[in-house]
Amino acid sequence: MSDKIDTIHLVETPEGTDLHAEVAGVVPRALAYGVDFLVRLGILFVFGLIVSFTGGKLGGLWLVVFFLLEWGYPVFYEVYRDGQSIGKRAFNLRVVSEDLTPIKFGPSVVRNLLRTADIFPFLYIFGVISMTISARFQRLGDLAAKSLVIYDDNQQYNTTALSDVTPIAPTIPLSEDLQTAFINFALNRGNLSHSRQVEIAEIIQSKIPNQSNDPVGYVRGVGKWLLGAK
Amino acid sequence: MKQLEFENHYREFWQHMENLLDDKDDIDASLIERFPADYRRLCQHLAVAKSRRYAPGLTNRLNYLVQRGYQKLYGQRVKDQGILVEYFVRGFPAALRRNGRYLWIAGVAFVLPYILMMIACMMNDQMLYSVMDPASVRGMESMYRPGADKFGREDEAATDLFMFGFYIYNNIGIAFRCFATGLFFGVGSLFTLVFNGVVIGGVSGHLTALEYTETFYPFVVGHGSFELTAIVFSGAAGLKLGWALLSPGRLSRLQAMQAAASDAIKIMYGTFIMLTIAALIEAFWSASAVIPNEVKYAVGALLWILVYYYCFFYARPQIRAYIAAHESR
Repeated sequence: MSDKIDTIHLVETPEGTDLHAEVAGVVPRALAYGVDFLVRLGILFVFGLIVSFTGGKLGGLWLVVFFLLEWGYPVFYEVYRDGQSIGKRAFNLRVVSEDLTPIKFGPSVVRNLLRTADIFPFLYIFGVISMTISARFQRLGDLAAKSLVIYDDNQQYNTTALSDVTPIAPTIPLSEDLQTAFINFALNRGNLSHSRQVEIAEIIQSKIPNQSNDPVGYVRGVGKWLLGAK
Repeated sequence: MKQLEFENHYREFWQHMENLLDDKDDIDASLIERFPADYRRLCQHLAVAKSRRYAPGLTNRLNYLVQRGYQKLYGQRVKDQGILVEYFVRGFPAALRRNGRYLWIAGVAFVLPYILMMIACMMNDQMLYSVMDPASVRGMESMYRPGADKFGREDEAATDLFMFGFYIYNNIGIAFRCFATGLFFGVGSLFTLVFNGVVIGGVSGHLTALEYTETFYPFVVGHGSFELTAIVFSGAAGLKLGWALLSPGRLSRLQAMQAAASDAIKIMYGTFIMLTIAALIEAFWSASAVIPNEVKYAVGALLWILVYYYCFFYARPQIRAYIAAHESR
């Protein structure tokens, strides 16, 4: 897998298993940033109202809040809220160290202070360039802090996906790759359109001699059988 | 074993682990003792699922559980209250002293332009206009015109609190950016240092020539020790980043930069504290016209001595030992 271009980041744990995580690219991160930006703007706006209602005496505190939101907001969420700011939570993203452990205070400060370099010259241009050319979508701050932004999905495994299918025994022994193809198609058709599903099922089905008029149902049936259902 | 059989066999165990890891279940002591063993079992299940090429849905779920468990088991939990104290007693001075050569370069990059521009502005009263626009010069002159209630403020009505907020937002922001732009091979930090040296030196010279010395110097002497020193420190931290990229030694440039960043950030924590102190002094002490100048000079001198004593001279042998002990970073 390591030879291919992929968004999967692998880490070997001390137990000898490979953990994998999917690193997040520019677009979801930019969207999450946008949400955080609006949250911060909202806080500043509300605080600004409070300041003006109290006759402007607290204007200095408003600037302190501005400062804390600019530099401290991401650090707080990364260190004390498991790497997820409000925006990142909304997009199922999480900041972690390169070894997939939770990010610590020091690296979190590094990646957020170096944000300045990523913003340079404006609109995160350096950050976007860095994310685009680095193998794991890291902006400059991430490179220095050895941090990653990964997808944090706990996609619930849908056990009812095959409840409407009767298992079908394949007519010939299937190779491992072919078994994987049948099973994966059976379990995960995503939100593909029906005609696209038929197209893919036909390709999978064409690998074995047996032909069926209902390729989708057939491939799913074989998939269910391969999973162990009788 | 077929996948469905495998799943049925362990479903309960996984559900139990998921509740545990997502903090849905209360954790009692017996569970904590069992956790490492349970976690290893989970790892084994993941490895089995992968090698048997079970469907991605299952592998992903197990991967998620293992990842959460891994973070729980190996993540940083220690919230040691002593860390902050250790940082001030040892960590910060040590970080400064082992990076002496960057501090020297940053210091020269700030002080030399400062002195040259100060002399130039004292000899030529038009000189300051080469780096500041006329409106700013006029504003700055009025800030220190003798007879004001509050010095160092264009708007004398601005409250101390407002100015405190402004100094926090503005000065610490400058220091952070001065550090971060060091990533561009040190150019950003160097520019910030030289530029600030030229402007601040120019203002000092200009006001000295105008003989506003009785208002300007008492104002800056109090917080200057913290503020100017901290700007130089942040520049030095940035230069360290830049130098690591220019001359990575036996490491790759990326590795050298990462090592430099993790050390430089230890200077930046202190810089942040110093600038917060500077903002407090500047807003609530320096600007006051009530405090006699003699007091301001005395306190200011004391602070300069304290800052430099703490940063470079205090507890020398202990800090040398501390640096040696942490050299293997």
